[in-house]
Parts: sequence; structure tokens; C-alpha cells
Amino acid sequence: MRFLLLFSRQGKLRLQKWFTPVSDREKKKVIRDMMLLVLARQPRSCNFLHWRDLKIVYKRYASLYFCSGLENNDNELLALEVLHRYVELLDKYFGNVCELDLIFNFEKAYYILDEFLIGGEVLETSKVAVSDSMEEADTLQETMEEYMSKPTY
Amino acid sequence: MPAPIRLRELIRTIRTARTQAEEREMIQKECAAIRSSFREEDNTYRCRNVAKLLYMHMLGYPAHFGQLECLKLIASQKFTDKRIGYLGAMLLLDERQDVHLLMTNCIKNDLNHSTQYVQGLALCTLGCMGSSEMCRDLAGEVEKLLKTSNSYLRKKAALCAVHVIRKVPELMEMFLPATKNLLSEKNHGVLHTSVVLLTEMCERSPDMLSHFRKLVPQLVRILKNLIMSGYSPEHDVSGISDPFLQVRILRLLRILGKGDDDSSEAMNDILAQVATNTETSKNVGNAILYETVLTIMDIKSESGLRVLAINILGRFLLNNDKNIRYVALTSLLKTVQTDHNAVQRHRSTIVDCLKDLDVSIKRRAMELSFALVNGNNIRGMMKELLYFLDSCDPEFKADCASGVFLAAEKYAPSKRWHIDTIMRVLTTAGSYVRDDSVPNLIQLITNSVEMHAYTVQRLYKALLDDISQQPLVQVASWCIGEYGDLLVSGQCEEEEPIQVTEDEVLDVLEGLLVSNLSTPVTRGYSLTAIMKLSTRFSSVNRIKKVVSIYGSSIDVELQQRAVEYNALFKKYDHMRPALLERMPIMEKTATNGPTEIVQTNGETESSVVETKHLPPVTQPANQANDLLDLLGGNDVPVIQTTMPTKPASAGGELLDLLGDLSLSGGPTPAPAPSVPSSQPSFLLDGLSSQPLFNDLATAAIPPMTAYNKNGLKIDFTFERANPNPNVAVITIHASNSADADMTEFVFQAAVPKTFQLQLLSPSSNVVPALNQGTVTQVIRVLNPQKQQLRMRIKLTYTLKGSPVQDLAEVNNFPPQSWQ
Repeated sequence: MRFLLLFSRQGKLRLQKWFTPVSDREKKKVIRDMMLLVLARQPRSCNFLHWRDLKIVYKRYASLYFCSGLENNDNELLALEVLHRYVELLDKYFGNVCELDLIFNFEKAYYILDEFLIGGEVLETSKVAVSDSMEEADTLQETMEEYMSKPTY
Repeated sequence: MPAPIRLRELIRTIRTARTQAEEREMIQKECAAIRSSFREEDNTYRCRNVAKLLYMHMLGYPAHFGQLECLKLIASQKFTDKRIGYLGAMLLLDERQDVHLLMTNCIKNDLNHSTQYVQGLALCTLGCMGSSEMCRDLAGEVEKLLKTSNSYLRKKAALCAVHVIRKVPELMEMFLPATKNLLSEKNHGVLHTSVVLLTEMCERSPDMLSHFRKLVPQLVRILKNLIMSGYSPEHDVSGISDPFLQVRILRLLRILGKGDDDSSEAMNDILAQVATNTETSKNVGNAILYETVLTIMDIKSESGLRVLAINILGRFLLNNDKNIRYVALTSLLKTVQTDHNAVQRHRSTIVDCLKDLDVSIKRRAMELSFALVNGNNIRGMMKELLYFLDSCDPEFKADCASGVFLAAEKYAPSKRWHIDTIMRVLTTAGSYVRDDSVPNLIQLITNSVEMHAYTVQRLYKALLDDISQQPLVQVASWCIGEYGDLLVSGQCEEEEPIQVTEDEVLDVLEGLLVSNLSTPVTRGYSLTAIMKLSTRFSSVNRIKKVVSIYGSSIDVELQQRAVEYNALFKKYDHMRPALLERMPIMEKTATNGPTEIVQTNGETESSVVETKHLPPVTQPANQANDLLDLLGGNDVPVIQTTMPTKPASAGGELLDLLGDLSLSGGPTPAPAPSVPSSQPSFLLDGLSSQPLFNDLATAAIPPMTAYNKNGLKIDFTFERANPNPNVAVITIHASNSADADMTEFVFQAAVPKTFQLQLLSPSSNVVPALNQGTVTQVIRVLNPQKQQLRMRIKLTYTLKGSPVQDLAEVNNFPPQSWQ
């Protein structure tokens, strides 16, 4: 996977993860292109596109579009499963996740993603393992906060 | 200084902004506060401020002033600080900024931290955005962690190692010992990431590949356990146990089994098992089946298995789920070369997909349909394709039209059918036909001598109906100019000849000249056509009048033509019949590469579609000049013909028109073995490297490697040129395995005295790095005395800024090439 983007129907970016070094200007261009392409798609069309030399896989969940760019030898159908798994992980963590959760807790969304994918590849295939590590890491953080007796941010 | 506001507070505030300007104001205020807080070196709130900065960065505002702060957070002892710091580093920093190198030390310390979550953060960051320098410095630490027994760290280290290898391939060797018992892990996370690591190593190094072949039995066993084992709640997805791992193992098996009989045999059973036992009701199952099919097609599987695979794809085509149909079409496209017959069986389903509503599916179906056209099904397929051309979206029309022309040319059952098909395309999609088709069509028409009368008649009738489609009008006016006498004399055999007078014909042509719908190019065509009719028709005075009127036309091109034609009438009337007589049959020149439709993405704007076309054949300057230097003492004459440069418009002078047309070769009867661009051509995508047709064409003469030095490899492939058996047509393929492009690449050749050599223009003069593409060039060698072919070649190119020159002798031509 080269990148993963989450954006709303109104074109607001909610998460961006780049797995290869890309310049800022290029990132903006890619984001703009992805939004244009994906938001223009008919509601019941297939979830795959071709763009430049990449395969784009996207899926809409409620008001958010999950969009990833794959290399040519990646399996598109599996990518759909990867996106779905990520949504499930978010759902488990936030409990019935909605877009607002991801807006106000964007850093947590990134942390969960980092426990699931590294360098564009799946790191852990067990849902339970990912949520367990998130829980423990959060505990580590909270312990610190209690110690300092104030919220960190 | 009051405590800076909290992150959630800020987010809430910003969301209340009603206009972009209001939001910008808030952001600017907050940025100013954050900046002053940074200046004060406030440790307590740094974390909060950076978090806010990251939020604003996501909204699109600049946040580079936070980069150093991220580094300070990473260096802090607090876990929360580190978490935000590393996130900031991944979002704000990349290897382009020198600042990122300062992270290296922190990461190194954190990789040895006592808390596994801190180690995890460091591994994650390194694995996502580590630069080559960082990777080089820290590879040792990663390797250590790869051997730990802590599965949490081990899996992260494995993916980090993958990243290191991608960045610095030379370090691959370092990780080899650690891979020894990776596959005996029970933990799925470690197993999965290990398979990814092994895949990466095998893809990059043939030595590693042969080393890891011995793992095939183990992988087969793991896969078997996954399938056979009962329900495992932890890894279950819709009834399938750990599909992610299954797919990755299948992919690794594909790489290990490719080209190796023993390994392929070892996996036959498990592949058959997966193919038959996997649930297909959900996307997950189909994902696994898809990967299985790709694997079966790539390894040396037995034919029964291959048929099974194609049938799975056939079943996919009938699936309700659009995604699966799309994936099936894409895979069939890859396999259509090697398993042509098996794919043919599904032809009707594929043709039905042309009527699908989904744009992506239609495009794939169209490409696949063109690949499936052959001599047997041409009539039926063409009917469907023409119907598709009529009803499809404009974005498809150009590609479809080109495809139809190509297919018609290869497999036309009769000339009349061919002409009819061309007419149909011109009349229905005439304005979408590519400009370069016009000369191709004209050449085609010229070559079907017996059909001239029929052709011109049909074109004339089409013109009467509609003069808006420029390619149609151009071809028609050219034909009328050439064969107008046949039109007027009513000689058509194929259908009822129409009664047409010379005046009527001239009316039509003059109509084109004055019509607003005609482009300048079209006008040029019609003026020339009118002029040609002066030798074929009797009403010369009328023609003289028309020509003299345009002598003062505003359009410079028309004016020039008219003035010269006028001169023909006045001073050079004796030359006129000779100049304007019928065109001879044009010989098709071989082109450098297939001109079939390239895999374009119709979903994007046309500018992107343009870049995906094969680069136009460029005409370099005369290459013959230095060739005699090449040969040192030998006195070997070299005959080089250069192609005159193609003028931008379709021909100025009459003579240019002739030159123009002879340049435009139609597509070669057999496509050249490799496409001279780095963009994938659907014929050569993926699985098999030998296109079917290529085997037929070069079956007689095996290809050879002529030169292989310093990363530049030049292969020769051979064809016999019909009708002259003394001419060998050699296509050179230059590929470059170095890690930088070779620019200004020039290939020159010289042959002994008894031979004649003709070098056509190359596909490009840049040979892309790392074998991403090849440059091809066609050489024609005339060998009337059937002597042994020898050649001296000279190569010049620029690699990494320095020019390189080399001479070589090629003596290892296969005997069939010159006998």
C-alpha cells in the first residue's frame, strides 16, 4: 500500500498516512485527485479505479470515504478486507465509531492504524491483539497523567 | 502565561467557524500562541501544543515550525510525549529534511528501551519513514529485535526490516540468519510479517529465492493447517481463518514456484484444495480465490489446475458483485496470452460485460474483447464491438475505434468487409478517430486495389450525408481525389453504381472548402483532391478557377498549395499528368512497437489519458555519420536511410503527402516482444512474459543477446520480412539494469560489404533504470548472397551525467537468421 486517506463527503481530510516519501505539494495533489475521483463515482459502482500506475481501492462507511493506493501486484479484494478490518478496529475502540470520534480523537485513529499496519503491510491479523495493545499503551499514558495529575492534552 | 488551551477545546472552537476566513483567523491566533510557547521551551505543554499543531496541519495549514519540537518530544522520557512526538515526526518530517537525521539517536535509544511500547513506537516510525541513512545506522538494532522472543516486538521488527531492505537493498544479507526459524512461530502476527519479509527478500534477490525454496513444504503445511483447522475466534473473518495470512502465503508460494518444477509440484495439491474448498459467498473467500488463481497461472502448474483457475475466473464473471467481475476481467486480461483457448470459452460472458453499467468494467471488457478477437470469431465479435462503439461513452470511443481498426486489419475475412467496417467506424465515431488513423486508412484503401471503386462510392455517399466528422471527410476527399474517375464512370461491381456527374463531385469538394465545419487540414485535403481531379475529369476550367481563387486565401497553407497548383497549370502543364497520376501501392514499413490500445484509465481527465499513449515515434538526426569511424580499418559501406521528419499537419506539398504516408506503418503482424515504455501494455502485463503471437512469428529464429555489459543489455529478435526472404528484420531491445536511467542512448550498427543495412528510428533514447522498460529499434538487413551475418555495433549513452561509449562485435547470430 502506498497511502491511506480518510475524507468526508464534503472533501475534508480526516486522516492521511503515507507509506512512501512524498513531497508536500505532491501530497496535496494526490489528495485532491483522490477526492475528485472518488467523490465523483456513482453510488453502486465497483470499488476499484486506476490512477497513474496505482490501483485505487475505496469504500464508503457512513459519511467517510476510506481510500487506499495499491501497487500493481497487491490484491484489491484483500485491500477491501484491510479497510474493513481497520473500521472494525476503530469501532471496537470507540464503540460505534462515527466521524466525530475520528475528528476529536484523530491521534488515537493514527495509533490504532500503527498497531495494524506498518510500511503499508498488515502487522497483526488478530483483532483482539490490536485492541489489547492499544489498551495497554493507553494505560501507560494514563498512568503518566495521573502521576502528573493533569490531562496531557 | 496562562495554560494553552486543550486540544479538544481547540478542535471544538475551530469547528464553530462559519467561514474559511474565520477559521483561518482562529488558526493564525492559535499558531502565534503555540509559537511563543515553543520559544519559551515549555516542557509541560509541549505535547499539547504539538498535538494541536498536528490537527491544524491536517486541515491544510503549514506546520513546519513544529518539526524540532517533535524531536524534543521524542527525546522526552514521558510515554505520552513520545507518542505524540513520533506521530508528529511521521506526519511532518520525511527524508527530504535534514532535520530528520537528528531522530536517529533517539530512535536508537528507544529501540533499546525497557518498555515494549516505546520500542514499538520506534520500530513503527523507522518502518514508516526511515531514510536510507537512518536505516543503515539502525539496521543492526532491528536485526537484534528480530531475534527476540517477544512476539509484539518481533512482528514490528520484521516489517521494519522490510522497510530497511526496500530502502537499502544491500543490507538484505544481514537479516538472513534471523529468518531461520521465523516460520515456526505460532503467533499469527509474527507469521504474517515473516511471510512479508521473506516475500520481499525473494522478490529482490534470486539467490535468496533459491535459498528459500526449501521453505515450500513448511508454507504448504501452514496453509493446510489454516484451512483444515476449526473455528478460531481470534483470526476468523466470515468463517475463514486468517485470510490475510492465507493470501500472503499464496503470494510467497507464487514467487517460489515460478519457473521451478519441483516447488510447483509440491504446491499443486494445496492450491487445488484452496481453490475448491474456499467459501465464495463473501468477499473474503473471493480474495483468497483470486490470489490462488494468480498463483496457479504463474507457476508451472499442471493443465488441470490451470483449467480450474480459468473456470474460477469464469465464475467470477457471473458474480453479482461488481468488484469481483472487475477483478476477473483484469486477471483474464493477464492470462489471455498464455491460455488463450481457455479464455475463449468465456468469450460470450466477456462480451456481455460490455453492456455493464460500470465504467471500469466496461473498459476492462473492451480491452479483453480486443485481445480475444481472432480469425474465427472476427465477424461476430466485430458486430458486438461496433455496437459497443455506437453506444459507449465518448471517453472510450477513441480507444475502441483504434482497436477495431487493428483487429480488422489483422483478421479481416474479406476486403469488402474490411472497407465496410472502416466505413462504419468513420460514420459512427468519426470525430473520435485518432488523427494518425487517417494515413493508415488511406494506405489500407490504396492497397486494396479491386475495392477502389466500391470504396470511393461509399465514401462519397457518406459525405453527402454528413461532413462534420473530420477523419471521415479527410479520407473521403483523398479517395475522391484519387479515384474520382471510377466514381463518375460508375464502375462499381460490389454494389449498385450510383450516377454522379463531375460537377456534382466538384460541388461536394468545393462545399468542403467553404464549410465552417472543415478544419484547415481538411481544407488542404479537399483542395489537393480537386487538383488531382484535373487529370481525371474533363472540366479542367472549373478546377482552374477554384484553384486560382484560393491563391489569395487567408490560410497560408491553402494559399501556398493553390499558388503552386496554379503554377502547375500555367508553366508546368506538361508535368501535371505525371505528378497527379494514381498513387502506387505503398509498402508498409515495420513500426517499432505495437500500436494497440494501451491500458488507459478512462475515468480521469483526458490529459492523463494522453500521457498513457505510447510515445510517438521520434525521428532522430541521421545516424550514419560516424558509422565509418566505427569500423576502423575495414572498408564497409553502410547504407542508412533516415525518415524525413513528419510534418505536423497531414502533408503540405503533394510530395510530402507521399512521404507522410509511407512513414505511417500500420501495426506489425506480430507484436514486438516488449513494449518500449515503462507503462504496462495489457498484452504483456504480469503473469507470462512471452506473448502468444510472438511465439508464432519468431518460432523459426531464436532470439539472442548481442551485448551485455555495465548494466546495458541488448537483445536481438528476428523476423523474416515478407515478401523478400533475403531481408532479415531484427528488432533490438535495449534494457538497463543499473539504478539510473541511460539518456541520449544511440545505437549504431555496421555490416560487412556484401550486406545492406537499414536502421529505422528507435522508440526513444532513454533506457529506463532497473529494467523498467526497454528501447526498441528495428534493423533491416539485406543479405542477397546468404553470407554469415556479422555486425559491429556502437553504443553511446549518458549514465549518471557521464557519457559512455562502447564498441562491440556481434558474431553469435543464429544460423537461421542469415541462411
